[in-house]
Amino acid sequence: METRIIGVETEYGVHTVHPTKRPLAPDEVARYMFKPVVAWGNSSNVFIPNGSRLYLDVGSHPEYATAETTRLEELLASDAAGDSIMHMLVTQAQQAMAQDGFDGDIYLYRNNADSLGNSYGSHENYMIERTTQYRRLTQALLPFLVTRQLIAGNGVVIKDPAALPLADQFPSRAEPHFAFSQRADYMHEAISSSSTRARPMINTRDEPHSDSTKYRRLHVIVGDSNMSETTQLLRFGATDLLLRLIESGKPLPNLQLAHPVRAIRQTSHDLTGNTPLDLADGRTMTALEIQEFYLAQAQDFLARQGPHHDYLDQIMDLWSRTLQAIARQDFSSIDTEIDWAIKHKFMTAYATKNNLDWDAARLVQLDMSYHDIHPQRGLFNLLEARGAAARVLTDAQVQAAHDNPPATTRALLRHRFIETARAMGMEYSMDWMHMKLNYYPMHTLYVRNPFETDISVVDELFAKVASASD
Amino acid sequence: MAQDQRRQASQQRDDDPHIPDPLPEGTPAPGSAAAQTSDLDSLLDEIDDVLEVNAEEFVQGFVQKGGQ
Repeated sequence: METRIIGVETEYGVHTVHPTKRPLAPDEVARYMFKPVVAWGNSSNVFIPNGSRLYLDVGSHPEYATAETTRLEELLASDAAGDSIMHMLVTQAQQAMAQDGFDGDIYLYRNNADSLGNSYGSHENYMIERTTQYRRLTQALLPFLVTRQLIAGNGVVIKDPAALPLADQFPSRAEPHFAFSQRADYMHEAISSSSTRARPMINTRDEPHSDSTKYRRLHVIVGDSNMSETTQLLRFGATDLLLRLIESGKPLPNLQLAHPVRAIRQTSHDLTGNTPLDLADGRTMTALEIQEFYLAQAQDFLARQGPHHDYLDQIMDLWSRTLQAIARQDFSSIDTEIDWAIKHKFMTAYATKNNLDWDAARLVQLDMSYHDIHPQRGLFNLLEARGAAARVLTDAQVQAAHDNPPATTRALLRHRFIETARAMGMEYSMDWMHMKLNYYPMHTLYVRNPFETDISVVDELFAKVASASD
Repeated sequence: MAQDQRRQASQQRDDDPHIPDPLPEGTPAPGSAAAQTSDLDSLLDEIDDVLEVNAEEFVQGFVQKGGQ
């Protein structure tokens, strides 16, 4: 695709801590968090003026889905605005709870599992053309996704390997250790239609929210919920590049894995990237070799096609440096840019200083803290404030994305509709494609084209209903 | 949310909301490797004031689906 719609959905973990009393349960805290949302929009599932969707998901996860974006900086900014909006809701909930006599501190984590092994995620949506054979595309993409954790994993402390899901079937290293991916151990299938029961890496749900004769949605749910902007740039940028390569029709050598569910675990639990993974054709390749293969393919593709956006030099450089760092087992060249390396650097320094091993609860706590979205308390945010984590965006870009939609998609119309309807005090309802004034259902706007940016249709709608009510 | 109560948290739990220490102002010029290293070194100490004291309890207490 020349221009692709990309979006990401982030589920957050809720944790409340009280020094002496039993704290409120996550679902009760989530309800407190969403009280201002319900007061604003009569629902705990709303679209907000920046075009994104804010809602309470199954399992009481506060969730934020970015508006449709076509540029990586739009995607990163919209996603970062989600953190800042969630933090605002936490702060308000904290105050409201205190007024009702519930003390305790709320922690909101952008991570992938709780202490019992309930997993939640960071779900990527890539628009693809209906003409691309879905099966061919997903088969070609899967070995990349299984090993993508090398360049986009969060890093995770594995205190008790025997307690991991499916540990009996897929035993990892027996001793406590640091692994690449938070999400890898919760994957049960490669490609399927289920989402929560037996988690696949690619979910086949086909809701394009656009012309379904032309487009479909690729729903990738294997990713870690990254904190680092540079890691996210690489993750979304490299995945989009691979999709372009597959879409170009160039046949890729078949790297189909014999056991993707086993391979994703083997990859995660080996920081050397050197564990041989079984391919379906009987050969083996290491995770590092698979990533090096895709990197070389992407380099060839770019050399032929030329760049399609301004971040490609940065993406290719970081991708290549990350694989080199793993090959050399010297992570110092990427330890401000790739989440697992940023986390690993701080954790190993902390462990050395305090004489701890990977079985220490303190390190698991630090791992949680890395994903705490509180700007002055979360470990990642503290590191970033001290220059130990590189940035892609400016504060001003994130601030702007708080209230403003991406400039290149239908989200512009959604923004205009919400702002106008609210200014006029008119009740409305909407989904990704529809915008309806509740008292004028005949004039519902149906915007099937996600690339539509002409807001005049919204203005015309309001002009029409204004004249209708005269 | 008095800031002077924060230090206590690493020694002893209290009933007030647990808020971490603010970052020191006037940090060295960004980009300087030495500045970054000393900044990280100080964070290795200061993070203990931010973290709840009882790590085991804190970690076990994070259960997203309550009552299971």
